[in-house]
Amino acid sequence: MTLAIGSLQLGLIYGILALGIFISFRILNIPDLTADGSFTFGLSVSAALCAAGHPLAGMLLGALAGALAGAVTGLLQTKLEIHPILAGILTMSSLYSVNLFVLGSSPNLSLINCATLFTGLNALMPGNRELVKTLLPLIFCGLSAAVLIWFFRTNLGLCIRATGNNENMVRASSINVAGMKILTLAVSNAFVALSGALLAQYQGYADISSGIGMVVVGLASVIIGETIVGHRSVTLGLISAVLGSVIYRFIIALALEASIFPAYALRVVSAVIVVIALAVPVARKRAYDRGTRKKAQRDA
Amino acid sequence: MLEMKNVTKTFLKGTPDEQTALDNFCLHVEDGEFVTVIGSNGAGKSTMFNAIGGSFFPDRGKIQLGGKDITFLPEHRRALMIGRLFQDPMRGSAPDMTIEENLALAFSRKNGRHALGIGIKRSDRDFFRSELRALDMGLEDRMGTRVGLLSGGQRQALSLIMSTVGAPELLLLDEHTAALDPAAAEKIMRITNDIIARRGLTAMMVTHNVGTALKTGTRTIMLDRGKLILDLSGEERGKMTVARLMELYAHGGKALDTDRMLFTQ
Repeated sequence: MTLAIGSLQLGLIYGILALGIFISFRILNIPDLTADGSFTFGLSVSAALCAAGHPLAGMLLGALAGALAGAVTGLLQTKLEIHPILAGILTMSSLYSVNLFVLGSSPNLSLINCATLFTGLNALMPGNRELVKTLLPLIFCGLSAAVLIWFFRTNLGLCIRATGNNENMVRASSINVAGMKILTLAVSNAFVALSGALLAQYQGYADISSGIGMVVVGLASVIIGETIVGHRSVTLGLISAVLGSVIYRFIIALALEASIFPAYALRVVSAVIVVIALAVPVARKRAYDRGTRKKAQRDA
Repeated sequence: MLEMKNVTKTFLKGTPDEQTALDNFCLHVEDGEFVTVIGSNGAGKSTMFNAIGGSFFPDRGKIQLGGKDITFLPEHRRALMIGRLFQDPMRGSAPDMTIEENLALAFSRKNGRHALGIGIKRSDRDFFRSELRALDMGLEDRMGTRVGLLSGGQRQALSLIMSTVGAPELLLLDEHTAALDPAAAEKIMRITNDIIARRGLTAMMVTHNVGTALKTGTRTIMLDRGKLILDLSGEERGKMTVARLMELYAHGGKALDTDRMLFTQ
């Protein structure tokens, strides 16, 4: 039971990350590696502001910090025409220094005895620690998903989806492609950072290495969700990203509980999940081709 | 009204492959004219369209549309005034979005709707449906279908609606039926004529079919090596035959020298 609730809580927190990754990888169709850095950026800003006594501002400014990082990557891609992957790596890499600065040039920051959103809500409804730890992620993740579902139905949302789908058409229909990319990468990384900001307050500390592998974790969640729900609409895609994140956490928790692999193997397992998911359609096509060939040879 | 004055564009300048695609090119198109453009490969037809559409800026010269200087206006900023269709039917619409989402995209941009307004309203749906019904392709009952599932002809018809829905100052058709099968090409040509007439658009169409060029529209021009070498309209155009034009086509207009006819420059 503890395992289930713990996985749900983490799944919802990282679900916000999965929403951000879904936007860049699936809607905009750009492999954006900024996320590893912007996740920690949100986490660090949130922790630093908690330490200064402003947990709510920590969430907001954390998300804003992520948006800024995303916009920088977008500017590098569009205005300086740097390859999207390299642009993301450049931002991610420089964010390491920025994050150390935010954390007061120390690799971690503890929030013991600091007010967070979680301690605040605990004070309002005492004795419900686990409920609070579930409620806040649920609210943040639910609101994020709702806002994004609405956003991608607006005129602007349609323009962004078209930018990721057919850039030529977008350019010919009076939409500023560069502007759309910068905006979308900012939105994507704002949610990635929001996820980090919430995690810092949830776990009560910030660590400079928290963001390593977040792109892969987010992508794994998105892919797991798609395997279950399928590629249908953006609305379902956003919901399935969150669902995938929760399932991902369950799988990981179960595997750790059963001692299938040690905790340090987590990242390689995440990568393997992504590789397997990407390999399935290829394997299926190969099997189909082989089947067709054998059948043709038999009939001949 | 389109006005091109001494427009020059040279590609690969300063290299042995240097090519002057437009050479002091001048053209004047009145409102309501439908100009068909012919000329051999490399004559400068596409370069002319790209210069008007803003894919690149000319090296020299001036382009005005509707009295406004658009020579150096960024492509996406002038796209509101210029509808464009390409040879590739896949180019004009987003494959993973539905028919109505594609239409909504074109429609809301031209109408200057608020960016955060909901993309598709109920009244829009009715309007889209009536536009699609005019195509007579059964698309009005498939508004929720992903565009990637449509045939080339259907996608080109959809692109045609998308690029004309806002009544642009100028419609540029770059061999937009060349990649379609003959039946689909004929149908798209019929729809094109219909839409241009119904909306009273000013249009230019590149084609390699000399017969179509003479039959369609109100005026025919021929380009060769970046220059306008033939400009036919009215009675002259009515008297021109396909055979005669084909001959000029093959000689890049040089046959005109001996005949001393129909020079524009």
